[in-house]
Amino acid sequence: MADFWSSYLWPLIIMVAQSVLLMVVLLVVIAYILYADRKIWAAVQLRRGPNVVGPWGLFQSFADLLKFVLKEPVIPAGASKGLFLLAPLITVILSLAAWAVMPVAQGWVIADINVGILYIFAISSLSVYGIIMGGWASNSKYPFLAALRSAAQMVSYEVSIGFVIITVLLCAGSLNLSAIVHAQETRGLASLLGVPWLTVLNWYVIPLFPMFVIFFVSALAETNRPPFDLVEAESELVAGFMVEYGSTPYMMFMLGEYVAIATMCALTTILFLGGWTAPIALPPFTWIPGIFWFLLKALLVFFMFAMVKAFVPRYRYDQLMRLGWKVFLPISLFAVVAVAGFLRLTGLAP
Amino acid sequence: MVLKALFFYLFAAVTVASAFMVISARNPVHSVLFLILAFINAAGLFLLVGAEFLAMILVVVYVGAVAVLFLFVVMMLDVDFVELRQGFLQYLPIGSVLGAVLLVELLMVLGGWAIDPGLVGKGAVPITATGSNIEQIGTVLYTKYVFFFQASGLVLLVAMVGAIVLTLRHKEGVRRQDISRQVARGPASSIEVVSVETGKGL
Repeated sequence: MADFWSSYLWPLIIMVAQSVLLMVVLLVVIAYILYADRKIWAAVQLRRGPNVVGPWGLFQSFADLLKFVLKEPVIPAGASKGLFLLAPLITVILSLAAWAVMPVAQGWVIADINVGILYIFAISSLSVYGIIMGGWASNSKYPFLAALRSAAQMVSYEVSIGFVIITVLLCAGSLNLSAIVHAQETRGLASLLGVPWLTVLNWYVIPLFPMFVIFFVSALAETNRPPFDLVEAESELVAGFMVEYGSTPYMMFMLGEYVAIATMCALTTILFLGGWTAPIALPPFTWIPGIFWFLLKALLVFFMFAMVKAFVPRYRYDQLMRLGWKVFLPISLFAVVAVAGFLRLTGLAP
Repeated sequence: MVLKALFFYLFAAVTVASAFMVISARNPVHSVLFLILAFINAAGLFLLVGAEFLAMILVVVYVGAVAVLFLFVVMMLDVDFVELRQGFLQYLPIGSVLGAVLLVELLMVLGGWAIDPGLVGKGAVPITATGSNIEQIGTVLYTKYVFFFQASGLVLLVAMVGAIVLTLRHKEGVRRQDISRQVARGPASSIEVVSVETGKGL
């Protein structure tokens, strides 16, 4: 019994506590990311944005949450009821599940598995099901068209995201997310130039800058953010796959979308911006805890997400497909070969 | 170990049950969704035996890409399943023969393993237990089996070329978009400013 307690139950309790803590913090961050998104968008268009609920509108997201939860959920008569309700659940659960392997600071990770990046890739490739199921189960034209669009879009951009991740893995030599950050902390351009304290040079954003750009744009497409929000193109599809949804199920779709965006920001931080490491490994930079660096970098990436939404017009669908298959795929495929060859020839491969 | 066994039975039971639902569900879309559930639980089984790389690849490739295309096609087909089900039983003999062959083969493999455990690893490279299984798979795949790997890649390439050749049609007189030409167009070549006198027109 004591064995059972020490080997199963106690670790389980700790893991549940960690998960709950991470989830609460994540959801609060999401609430303010949503607020920031609207504020940045408003600022670009010279509007005020949400400013009524609470000081400077700081409680706007919580008011929205209440509003969604208190409304009546409507299920269309012709809808496939089970799938209709399952779809938003799948979206939310999958997007939250990705955070299980995300190292937010040195050793601050719930499951430090050695295929971490593949796990996140797998989870994000599953998230298309929430949209497809939602679109199909609604039993309505526009959601269905949007679901088909989204399936094609997400599958296309996953390919180039996969190749970009491979180039990073070639440099880091591991699929473990913590190990990828460690690789950026200890070796890379800075140590080659003889300035190992200047860790900012180690970050893969500098040697792999084109890959960073491709990853960022593909992340926009993967999370259905503008300019690639053809899934919910208001001018063509009313509101895309969510047309028939209201109240809590709708909120869950939105929540899942924003959690996926946060995941992509965190992933960009880990893969290209050195995760929790300080840009310069000297005091006073090293006095700041890693979690703050991580948050700062992730929010910076999110700021770019929000700015893109504010000032880039929406792509046409054929342009989107052309960009994914004819531009990004060849470039990233070539980059995998080039990076592998370079690392092999120079003997830098880990 | 108890926990592992419990999870094994959970994943295995759901895999078998959803595989059964794939062939018995009335709606083809539901069938595909059950197939996806079966894939995911198979990935869970892989995880339990310590093959985490295979599990993740199964999810990424089969669930994330192949099954999406399945679903894509099935959702767009307007299949009348009642009609399809007529004469369903006439395939029973063929189906049961195939199933029997598969069962016998499985029994032979398992029987061989039970009679002589030393047979395992005779035909293939046994994997040493050092390092992660990603490294192990990579090492074996790109050294000992590199020709098979390349050959299977070639087969896939041929299949892809075949699919493209089958669907590619050249039509005469179709106006195509040339993106680089569209982007390269400037105001000088596309806009003409004319001052039109009143009542005359162009």
